[in-house]
Amino acid sequence: MTNENKRLLDVKDLSIAFKQGEQENLAVDKISFHIDRGETLALVGESGSGKSISALSVLKLLPYPAASHPSGTIEFDGKELISATDGDMRKVRGNRISMIFQEPMTSLNPVHTVEKQISEILKVHRGLGETSARARVLELLTQVGIPEPETRLQSYPHQLSGGQRQRVMIAMALANEPDLLIADEPTTALDVTVQAQILKLLKELQQRTGMAMLFITHDLGIVRKISDRVCVMNKGKIVEHGPVEDIFERPTHAYTQHLLAAEPKGEPPLSDESKPIVVKTDDLKVWFPIKRGFLRRTVGHVKAVDGIDIAVREGQTLGIVGESGSGKTTLGLAILRMIASQGAITYDGQPINDFSWKQMRPLRRHMQIVFQDPFGALSPRMSVSDIVGEGLKVHYPQMSEADRDRKVAQSLEEVGLDASTRFRYPHEFSGGQRQRISIARAMVLEPKFVMLDEPTSALDMSVQAQVVDLLRDLQKAHGLAYLFISHDLKVVRALANDVIVMKQGKVVEAGHADAIFDNPQTDYTKALMAAAFKMEAVENGIVSM
Amino acid sequence: MESHLEKRLEEQGYTDINPLPEQTQPPEQRSRFSPINQRRLQNFKANKRGFWSFWIFMVLFVVTLFAEFIANDKPILVSYKGEILAPVFVDYPEEKFGGFLAITDYRDPFIQEEIERDGWMLWPPIRYSYRTVNNEIPVPAPAPPSWTMDKQERCSRYTEGVNDPNCTLGNWNWLGTDDQGRDVVARVIYGFRISVLFGLALTIASSIIGIAAGAVQGYYGGWVDLGFQRFIEIWTAVPTLYLILIVSSVLAPGFWILFSILLAFSWVALVGVVRAEFLRGRNFEYISAARALGVSNSVIMWRHLLPNAMVATLTFMPFILNGSISTLTALDFLGFGLPPGSASLGELLAQGKNNLQAPWLGISGFVVLSVMLSLLIFTGEAIRDAFDPRKSFE
Repeated sequence: MTNENKRLLDVKDLSIAFKQGEQENLAVDKISFHIDRGETLALVGESGSGKSISALSVLKLLPYPAASHPSGTIEFDGKELISATDGDMRKVRGNRISMIFQEPMTSLNPVHTVEKQISEILKVHRGLGETSARARVLELLTQVGIPEPETRLQSYPHQLSGGQRQRVMIAMALANEPDLLIADEPTTALDVTVQAQILKLLKELQQRTGMAMLFITHDLGIVRKISDRVCVMNKGKIVEHGPVEDIFERPTHAYTQHLLAAEPKGEPPLSDESKPIVVKTDDLKVWFPIKRGFLRRTVGHVKAVDGIDIAVREGQTLGIVGESGSGKTTLGLAILRMIASQGAITYDGQPINDFSWKQMRPLRRHMQIVFQDPFGALSPRMSVSDIVGEGLKVHYPQMSEADRDRKVAQSLEEVGLDASTRFRYPHEFSGGQRQRISIARAMVLEPKFVMLDEPTSALDMSVQAQVVDLLRDLQKAHGLAYLFISHDLKVVRALANDVIVMKQGKVVEAGHADAIFDNPQTDYTKALMAAAFKMEAVENGIVSM
Repeated sequence: MESHLEKRLEEQGYTDINPLPEQTQPPEQRSRFSPINQRRLQNFKANKRGFWSFWIFMVLFVVTLFAEFIANDKPILVSYKGEILAPVFVDYPEEKFGGFLAITDYRDPFIQEEIERDGWMLWPPIRYSYRTVNNEIPVPAPAPPSWTMDKQERCSRYTEGVNDPNCTLGNWNWLGTDDQGRDVVARVIYGFRISVLFGLALTIASSIIGIAAGAVQGYYGGWVDLGFQRFIEIWTAVPTLYLILIVSSVLAPGFWILFSILLAFSWVALVGVVRAEFLRGRNFEYISAARALGVSNSVIMWRHLLPNAMVATLTFMPFILNGSISTLTALDFLGFGLPPGSASLGELLAQGKNNLQAPWLGISGFVVLSVMLSLLIFTGEAIRDAFDPRKSFE
């Protein structure tokens, strides 16, 4: 094989600009990379670094003409793609180059069956008939590891789990045996255990079909696991590239070093049984009734939270881990009395499980929440100062305008934001800054108990570490009790001194964090640990597909 | 595929690929509008047709608001025996000028002579109000526009003929008269005003009720929503037109009775959209966050959810306004609208239909209505496009 033939994709000096009103913004600035046949290249970078749009531009899927390429060439198998016509591009898309997207929920059309979605590509590009297409679809579904593919043909996307949906997406992408697979954060929306399975599947498929992969991710652990070479992107430029080992062992560029050093670190508070208990539950249950028939009789229950006892002490953190759907968030919301539940909940020794919404109101300032999504948790139509000050208006209605403003500014300073930015709107802030605003909104009321619902999982790696540090500092300064909900075991390890592992609404394992992390007892916990820390799929002990 | 991708790009925040530089504007210089509203305003201005339609309509509306100063059978100002009088605002009895009527008829040559002798009069450009009957038309009503006649003919009915001081430009019937000898221009000006005011009042009132109803349904959901929805389904099945026919046979239909009947059925227009927005919005995390802060339901609805619903509402409003105006016109045309004698475009159209030999009636009514509705539709389109999220995020 000659060198010329070996090279599959060659991107040279590619720039991407977006028109915003009158002005043009350069989003990607003269990047060059290449992929050989059968090889995996990872594009790594934080959000906004331009990695996804670089990949999209290979398939010319950007919103032209708002987007444009001021410079550069994209050569695929010797053919130039930038100047290719739409007709030519259609022959390449889904046929020789396929793509998997991040969000398996929205990448599949909800009104078509699995069979229809996969066979469509086969019919378009290969002109297969009904029967031969079905045979190929079955073959593909078996290949991507969907059990009993015959029964799944007529399923709709909502009937599949997240992992299964992503498998269907992969089956669609592989349908025409592409030479290049572009995977845009294919596992970000999935649980760690499912992520490990999908990565394993992709690796196997690559070995079997010999396709090349362009893997876009922000997760360095995945890069190390799956790719041969790495390009590190920052602010629209490739700052460093090379083989995986070189980059991880000897990073030369400051940004790469910064990324590698960004793992959440630090020690959680020491467990101290003598500290007073702030929040305690006893056999807490949240059952959602399943109603059937004309009279809507209750025929059963979805046991989202099924008999959980927890105790959170002052200045301590209780971590709750588990896969999505295990009832972690429901438990947290029940404790804060945001949803109905059965079983005792006490705050500061006072039983609150029978409190009405009105009775809860004065307690709300002691019990606060920080949500996962830094974009969704802030009203886009209110300025930061209004957002942070809203709780003060409710709980201290007699507070003067100036006092409130001072308090808001103080709180913003405390979470590491410039207080002079408080008149701006949320969309002007980055994800990490928004999460700091969310934290400030909770902290301004000086709560005693804070429920942190995956506060770091929507953030970039380096920002995660900062937010974890911030949360720990705040805890130390104010003696806060945290209920920390996360599926990210690395973050939990850095914050929680006690951990409970949840599965289908029940506690699987509970105890001191060290004991659970170092010496997990149940298969389920072991599988979680392997997936989270080694990105390995363990065959037994996994619940979801 | 393309549009889906575009949406996905937006969702992933590629729109702020280049986030604003650290300190874009010092806080004190910031506009009252949030940046997204500024972009909407720009979008609105960029739509030339809509933007100009809006301004033309606003000018026409403001001008007709002062209709009494443009077309009236009373002078704007009168100076009589050293006293300045404003007949536009005050009804002076005729004995003030030596007559005997309770209200002065300033068009009466006797009164005019009396005033001119001891002072002066400032007339509006058109010396007819919407209900002034022109007794000097040279031909039987409906009379054609004055500019179709020569001076001789135009002045034939005045006492002094061509030399009569009242045979002036101010007494022209620019668009002729209707079948009762009333000036069409004056009626069109007043008709425009009452149509728009009626439409605006109906739109605003039905929006307030509709938004409130939709908000309650969407926010509380469950049985409230279910009950309300069924009620609306039954309510909208009531035939409005028949109801108006029945009511107008019992009560004399005035402005407010018509308004109430139409309002009773038009408020449902916005319920659907607002309910949908609230249903969608109540699960947003920032709503949960507000609830966790202990913010009360009404404040959440007002401060957090309503702004979301306002986009859909504002988008619909110009079209509801148009619908209200057309409804009023249609009722007037059928004779079930405003009381007889009111300035009404629908009645003008009806007269046009009954007097095909007088095309100026139908043509004037048609042009005024179609221009007014077109201006509103163009404005509405521009507003809709300005609020289109795909455009405001581009």
